[in-house]
Order: sequence, then structure tokens, then C-alpha cells
Amino acid sequence: MIDGSAVLSRRLEWQRAEVRALAVETPRVKSLALHVSGWRGHLPGQHVDIRLTAEDGYQAQRSYSIASPPEDELLTITVERVDNGEVSPYLIDDLHVGDRFELRGPIGGYFVWTAAMGGPLYLIAGGSGVAPLMAMLRHRERRNAHIPALLLYSSRTLEDVIYREELDAMARRDRALRVVNTLTRKQPEGWTGYGRRIDKALLAESHFPPDERPRTFVCGPTPFVESASRILVELGHDPLTIKTERFGPSGA
Amino acid sequence: MDKPPISRGFRSRRHEQTPEHRLPPGQYVTKDFPVLSAGPTPELNLESWSMVLEYDGSVLGSWTWPEFERLPQTTIRTDIHCVTKWSKLDTTWLGVTFDDLLEAAGVTDPLAPYVMAHCDGGYTTNLPVEDLVDGKGAIATRYEGAPLDPVHGGPARLLVPHLYFWKSAKWVRRLRFMDDDERGFWESFGYHSYGDPWKEQRYDGD
Repeated sequence: MIDGSAVLSRRLEWQRAEVRALAVETPRVKSLALHVSGWRGHLPGQHVDIRLTAEDGYQAQRSYSIASPPEDELLTITVERVDNGEVSPYLIDDLHVGDRFELRGPIGGYFVWTAAMGGPLYLIAGGSGVAPLMAMLRHRERRNAHIPALLLYSSRTLEDVIYREELDAMARRDRALRVVNTLTRKQPEGWTGYGRRIDKALLAESHFPPDERPRTFVCGPTPFVESASRILVELGHDPLTIKTERFGPSGA
Repeated sequence: MDKPPISRGFRSRRHEQTPEHRLPPGQYVTKDFPVLSAGPTPELNLESWSMVLEYDGSVLGSWTWPEFERLPQTTIRTDIHCVTKWSKLDTTWLGVTFDDLLEAAGVTDPLAPYVMAHCDGGYTTNLPVEDLVDGKGAIATRYEGAPLDPVHGGPARLLVPHLYFWKSAKWVRRLRFMDDDERGFWESFGYHSYGDPWKEQRYDGD
């Protein structure tokens, strides 16, 4: 058994990742299933740094959340295209199964949840911010942990909902899990979910009461996270129970 | 070590030519100002705000917001480097240097070699005193001429721009001298204890 300090003092070496599978999640998002030899495991919510090297030696690094649970053999990252970005268009358009690049991690030990931490588990996602939260939900399911959980997930349109079928199936299988979608830009005919940006009324209808002390994780674009976490505090949630991860417009 | 695998077809899409001496390894330039915080942005309340300098449980100096605003104000123009890979060039800040804060507290010599910065929301970060003195560290209250936005750490954040930007702790309220180095918030979660961007000290062991 390695204690925390031993884990912390181990240098994060660059490792080789090989692409084993690519999955189109939405028109703008792909998931990359990677084989990393000697991967020493991760906790749901952590991220990795990847480093690409061009033929002329130029290198670029970016951070991506891990979307797969620790129980999976392959490591999955979910990448959203950043228009005019440098790394994400390459990963989405040019990467093939069998390609290799460098990766190191896992990184981050605060924005993490494991079944052992208990619940209720309250997840709020904006767009591709759902990725690290999906690692938590997948882990929860793999561990057969029927901890009450709620995912409130804001997307622009139905086509932009990442992991939609998997989330629907997960919620159908498990009565302790609720998945609440809101579509902010366009709603299909007959849509019964929410059709607006998150606001106080919406959050008040879709949260665990503060006295249940939910483990709350909010991830998405900065304005989304700012607004969701501010409203949660207004609704009486202790700020110290709310963990956030924001990504700016230049996430690239 | 083996050569890294080449990503065929991958190439730089950088348009601006940033001089090499201004961009630490592994960083890219952004024009935006991304936000990273571990929790909700604390509510801004200048009436209850105070800045405290302390050592060994005793208060060396304490300033309310109006008192803090009357301390000497220094303009700082600098590049900033976030551990999440973005760098922002030529940012302009206004604030009180650590040197001026010590002077206002009547502290002529730093009392201990390390400082822990304590912030609203429970965040902490550790710094060597030598990285704060001689104009290297400040508490900033203005960004580009305007009051610092709460999402960026307003009303006041630490500014230690020669280290990765998590060291420039947002919502700073208390600076505590320490005889021995202790790890702050991110430093306890695997991030480097010192964080020199030019040595790419992102994570522990780097």
C-alpha cells in the first residue's frame, strides 16, 4: 500500500499513449480511448496532460479530463473542437487508431470523487464539462454503488449532448440516478426537459437540499460555473462543499 | 530517453511570433483571461474585508480596505503564466508591494523564510519570502486600470508573476510567516511546491 505522500513525491513521467479507438460523440466532440503502458491508475475527476510533437520538433501541451472510470483498462479522454485551436482540431480530424503521442498524469486530487466518499453525488455540467463527471458516474456504476446521484447537464442542442445514450441507459437501469437535461438553444419537438440556461428556479428544482450535504461538482465554461456555483450558495449550499472546474474560451 | 513519437500532420498554428525569452516551455499565448478556481467565487464585501500580516500567532499588521487603499500603490506590468499552459503577456496591475506592506507594519527584516497566503474560500499557497521581497511580490487590487473582478481574485489577490499563477492566490486575506515550509492547497494535491515556469515545475518532482 502506497501512502499519499509517496504518491505525491513520484515524478510524473511522460508516457506513451496509443490510440486504440475513436468515438464520435457529437458533431464537435470525439472520445479517444488510449492504451498507456504502465498506467498507475487514477481517480474519477482527474486529468492528464498530453504532448504532441510535430515533424519539425515543435511541441504543444494541453490538459484533458479523464472520462473513463479507474475500472477501465483503456484511458478515455473526450475532446471538444476549439475553432482555430491548435491541438483539438488535430486530435479530432487527423488522429487515427494506432497513432501514438505522449501523456502524463493523473493530475489533480481535489476535483475527485470515489464511491468511498459517499453521497449524495450532485453533478452539474456545461457542455464538454461533463467529461470528468462522466468518469464519476461510470465509476459509481461499475462499483454498483447506488449512492443517490443527480446530473444536471446543460447543452446547446440535443445533438450536442455528449454520452447521451449511455447516460439515458444508465438512468434507466438505476433509480438512484437522475439525469436532468436542459437545452439552451434549440429543443426538439416534444422535448420535456428544460429549455433554458440554468437559473435559480431550475437549480432549486434539481438539487439535493443543502442539509443533505451533497458532494457537489460543477464543471463547464467559466460563466456557466460562476453562475451555477453562485446560485448554489444562494440556495444555502456551503461553498466548501462545492468543487469547481472551469475552462475558459481559450481552452484550445 | 527515446525520442517522442511524431504526430504526422501536426504543426504549429501559432500566428503571433512570441519572442522565445518571453514564453516558458510548454506554454502558449492567450489573449483571454481564463479563470481557474477550486470553488465558488466568494461574495465581494469590502466593509468586512481586511488584510492581516502575522507571525507565530501574533498580528504584525492589519488593514481595513480604506487603510489598505491608502498604502503606497505600485503599477506592475508583467507577463503571467498559468500551470494549465496559457500565458498572457503585458498585463498591467496596481497594488501594494510586499515590501511596502512590511514597511507599513514596521517590519524591517522578514521574520521567517516562508509565507503561507490564506484566502477567502479556504485556499492557501506557500511561498519563500525571498520570492516576495525586492519588488517580486505584491497584493494587487486593480487590473488594467479597473478594480479587480471577483472571478479574477477581487478585491485583492497576490501577484507573484515569476512563478506559476496559482501562487498568485485570489481573494488573499492573510499572510502568515512560517519558520518551516508547509504545502498550500494545490501543492498538497501534487503540484510543485515552488512552481518556476522557466524550469517547468508544474507537478511535484518536476
